[in-house]
Amino acid sequence: MAASLTQQTKECIFKTCLFCNLFHKTIATRSMNIKRSHISATVQKEVQPEWQGVIGLEIHAQIKTLSKLFSGAATIYDANTNTQVAFFDAALPGTLPVLNQKCVQAGVMTALALGCDINLVSKFDRKHYFYADMPAGYQITQYRKPLAVNGRMTYMFQCSHNNKIERRSAQILQIQLEQDSGKSLHDPAVGYSLIDLNRAGIGLMEIVTAPDFTSGDDAASFVKDLRDILIDIGACDGKMAEGSLRVDANISVHRPGEPLGIRSEVKNINSFRNIRLAVDYEIRRQIQLLESGEQVVNETRSFDIQDGETVTMREKEKVLDYRFLPEPNLPPLVIHKDRSSVKSSQNVVVLEEVKSVLKELPDEKRKRLETKYNISLKNSVILVRANLAELFEKLVEHHSCDPAAASSVLRNSYAPFLDKAKLNSTDRPISDDGLAEIINIYGRGEISETSLGILLREKSENIHLSCKEIMDKNNLCILNDELLINAAIDDVCERNPKAVKAYKKGKTNQLEILSTKVKKKLDGKVASGKLYQLVKEKLQK
Amino acid sequence: MKSITLKEAVLQLKKGLTTAQEICIACQQRLHKTNKLNMFVTETTSGELQKQIQSSNKAYIEGAAKPLEGIPIAFKDNFCTKGVRTTCGSKMLQNYIPPYDATMVTKCKQAGGIVMGKTNMDEFAMGSGSLDSCHGPVINPWNLVVSPHIHSELSQNSPAESDDTASLNEPDWYISGGSSGGSAAAVAAGACLAAFGSDTGGSTRNPASYCGVVGFKPTYGLLSRHGLIPLVNSMDVPGILTKTVEDSALVLNSVAGHDILDSTTFTEAYTPFIIKEDLDLSKVHIGIPKEFHAPSLSEEVLMLWRKTADMFEKAGAKVSQVSMPHAQLCIICYHVLCCCEVASNFSRYDGIEFGLRDGSEESTEELYAGSRHKGFNGVVRGRILAGNFFLLKKNYTKFFLKAQKVRRLISNDFRQVFSTGVNLLLTPTTLTDAPLHSWFSKQDNRTRCEEQDIFTTPANMAGVPAMSLPLGLSRQGLPLSLQLIGPHFSESLLLSAAHWLEKDAKFSHLDLDFLEFSDKSFRRA
Repeated sequence: MAASLTQQTKECIFKTCLFCNLFHKTIATRSMNIKRSHISATVQKEVQPEWQGVIGLEIHAQIKTLSKLFSGAATIYDANTNTQVAFFDAALPGTLPVLNQKCVQAGVMTALALGCDINLVSKFDRKHYFYADMPAGYQITQYRKPLAVNGRMTYMFQCSHNNKIERRSAQILQIQLEQDSGKSLHDPAVGYSLIDLNRAGIGLMEIVTAPDFTSGDDAASFVKDLRDILIDIGACDGKMAEGSLRVDANISVHRPGEPLGIRSEVKNINSFRNIRLAVDYEIRRQIQLLESGEQVVNETRSFDIQDGETVTMREKEKVLDYRFLPEPNLPPLVIHKDRSSVKSSQNVVVLEEVKSVLKELPDEKRKRLETKYNISLKNSVILVRANLAELFEKLVEHHSCDPAAASSVLRNSYAPFLDKAKLNSTDRPISDDGLAEIINIYGRGEISETSLGILLREKSENIHLSCKEIMDKNNLCILNDELLINAAIDDVCERNPKAVKAYKKGKTNQLEILSTKVKKKLDGKVASGKLYQLVKEKLQK
Repeated sequence: MKSITLKEAVLQLKKGLTTAQEICIACQQRLHKTNKLNMFVTETTSGELQKQIQSSNKAYIEGAAKPLEGIPIAFKDNFCTKGVRTTCGSKMLQNYIPPYDATMVTKCKQAGGIVMGKTNMDEFAMGSGSLDSCHGPVINPWNLVVSPHIHSELSQNSPAESDDTASLNEPDWYISGGSSGGSAAAVAAGACLAAFGSDTGGSTRNPASYCGVVGFKPTYGLLSRHGLIPLVNSMDVPGILTKTVEDSALVLNSVAGHDILDSTTFTEAYTPFIIKEDLDLSKVHIGIPKEFHAPSLSEEVLMLWRKTADMFEKAGAKVSQVSMPHAQLCIICYHVLCCCEVASNFSRYDGIEFGLRDGSEESTEELYAGSRHKGFNGVVRGRILAGNFFLLKKNYTKFFLKAQKVRRLISNDFRQVFSTGVNLLLTPTTLTDAPLHSWFSKQDNRTRCEEQDIFTTPANMAGVPAMSLPLGLSRQGLPLSLQLIGPHFSESLLLSAAHWLEKDAKFSHLDLDFLEFSDKSFRRA
């Protein structure tokens, strides 16, 4: 009971975020408590809190292979129009599909990464509908017996409003292989529609989730982590802007305990931000409809990026019967458990071999970092996402760095430093020894967070200098003299009497504002924790 | 050059008794003499033909001749030929020029074969009369010898340009059968030494039976379908039409085997099929399926069937009656499955990338509807409509799935029979000898297909090899044929038994050599 209540409260708070995006932006620097109280006020006044969004996703991930799913044509993005088209891709009569085993391999790899049960025998079906950029009049997909089913993926839920991170998981219903379509370019000025078949027939994995998500942030967080996994295992390049990863969201709302509501489908969402915006908009729209006594229509909608709205594409009732037919030109797709059942000449996918090349997945890595080194979830998330986990482990294991100090330096200082210097996580501008020394200096409290950035930069530029030399030269040693610090605090408080007054009236966020001013005055050479403590003491006097 | 067989031609070419030039030109002349039979849709241009002939001549001189070197071969107009129009007998593809060769064409060329041209057929291979073509009907070459009264008419009137010309006022004639009527007629008439047809429900064996040639449908998956414009993918098999069984084996061995472009071809390494001259018939068990005794089977075919069974028995073979209880469901089951795949396969003909585009460009739907309405004949449109109906979500289980189950039962009948020691089945190919055009066109395409294909369709359902071979003449002087069916990949035995039968039957092939001696008409000298 308690657990479900907490869950419900959480969802309420979260959902209400949808209704006051702007408001949240303005209070982003305030403390958590204020946010909460304000939100609940909004909830009581404007919204029935019990509506809950229910979202299921269909993700189309283009498989990163040199050639298409059933033909030898290349898959280069942005190539000249109709230059990557095999006869089969143009559906010329008499051409037949030949399955690209590399695509199967990527599909199996993905299925394993998402914890799916792999169907050792799966089948292809034709899904019929007329569309100018689909030359055969049907798409070859896996409808009745997909490649894989019943998986589960752990992901890091991240709230876009309060940076809250939480480990969640969603059920994967199935993964199927299918063909991408071509592209139609409409020129209303001359009344022409032009067809580019470069994309037609590129391999797609359609990853279908259960309706396990509750909000735009939730759905976007999932896709973000899914994308990381797909890139990590090399199954998809994840370039959403190029359409390599596209998301369809099935969205409905209901009151918990009641049956699921009628859903609408928002098609082809192509960025994390748009996933969040489109889903949240659609939830809001559906709630408004239901609250005003209207019905949600089962329809397909698209997300208008300019207006931030979803708009009707077509009503579901008008959608054609797809008249699925087993693809007669392809034998069943067989995945072999091991080599023993494979004739040497066959070009096939062997489960054991795919498993053996599957690397540690992001969440496995995060979990290991958390339990082995006792670092926080947030730190593990950032280390893994920034691809610094390996470096972290090396520093702790081989250079005896303190895990807490190492994760803090890597996450807060080293990652931004790499970013700023436009370097990759694999670049090593500072030797591991040098980095270990810096972490140890920080761990001993000899340098502030602000000065760390300067030390990292200087060290990378002056390899021959020791850390001590750099710190002396640039005067980076931490300021521990409380007299000096307090003098600076007094000075700042005198100059900002309004802020002090506000704090005393309960506006606790003024603590951070005043501390920042003090820190600036001291050239950042003071430890944040210590500074906050001293400022607080001063204000509470 | 008389009615020479492919095997004889190869021998003579090897011995230097003739040249590729002589053989091809003789065939070309015959083709021109029989132009009125409307067997060819597209003839290889003289320039291209000469190029191929030169290359074959060179190969013989250099001793580098391949198995079909210099042999004129025709292809049904549903095999894609690079740079050569491929119409499928349809307005939809009337101006369609494929950019690639079908694997059968490639393999024939690689084996030294010379492509004579593309042969006429029922539109998209839907038919059993070769009457439903946008190029007009194919006329059975046996008309030239059995009904002399129409020869002069034929020589004066152009063949019909559309399929509704069969008015009773016109001279009547025997049809070629279909849908590979052009290919069967071309081989019978001597316009080529071998031809490719396609066989989905009997489209190679049926016209072979009516035109008095050997029509062979190998095991599904033995010959590549790449570049064969599909009717029903799960049943289509390239068919081989030749004068003799030995010729059939020669062609088969030149084109069989795995093709990476057709994932349904058999992947095992392929070993050539060999005709055993000394076939020990005492080790062969021939089954006579009792269900094939159709009420409408003609007396003459029945007699031939009995006589042939007796011949086998006398030669030491074990002959026994077998039962294939589901064979009678074949036609209706075939109809459902065929329509379903047709509905799907024909979705690509929308006039966008290729084919006829004739409709309002105001909307995509109108453009599709216009092009498809004008491009397809009523038979094709009817099958598309039925197929889409069968595939509707609410009908899928009731029709498609049920038909697939019945197909499995039919297939199991074969398995069952062959597992009891039966090696081959002997059945009729068609109910009668070639029907008259006036009689055939009294009923619609669908009725005729259902009636004409009853003996041939079961082999397509099961994917087993089947061969029709001419064994005698009817009272009217038209060919009568029977069919041998074997288990999957039993081509060697099937060919050997057929060869034995053929030797015994001494069928007298159509001889049109008189045409070359008479410039005035088709009349026998």
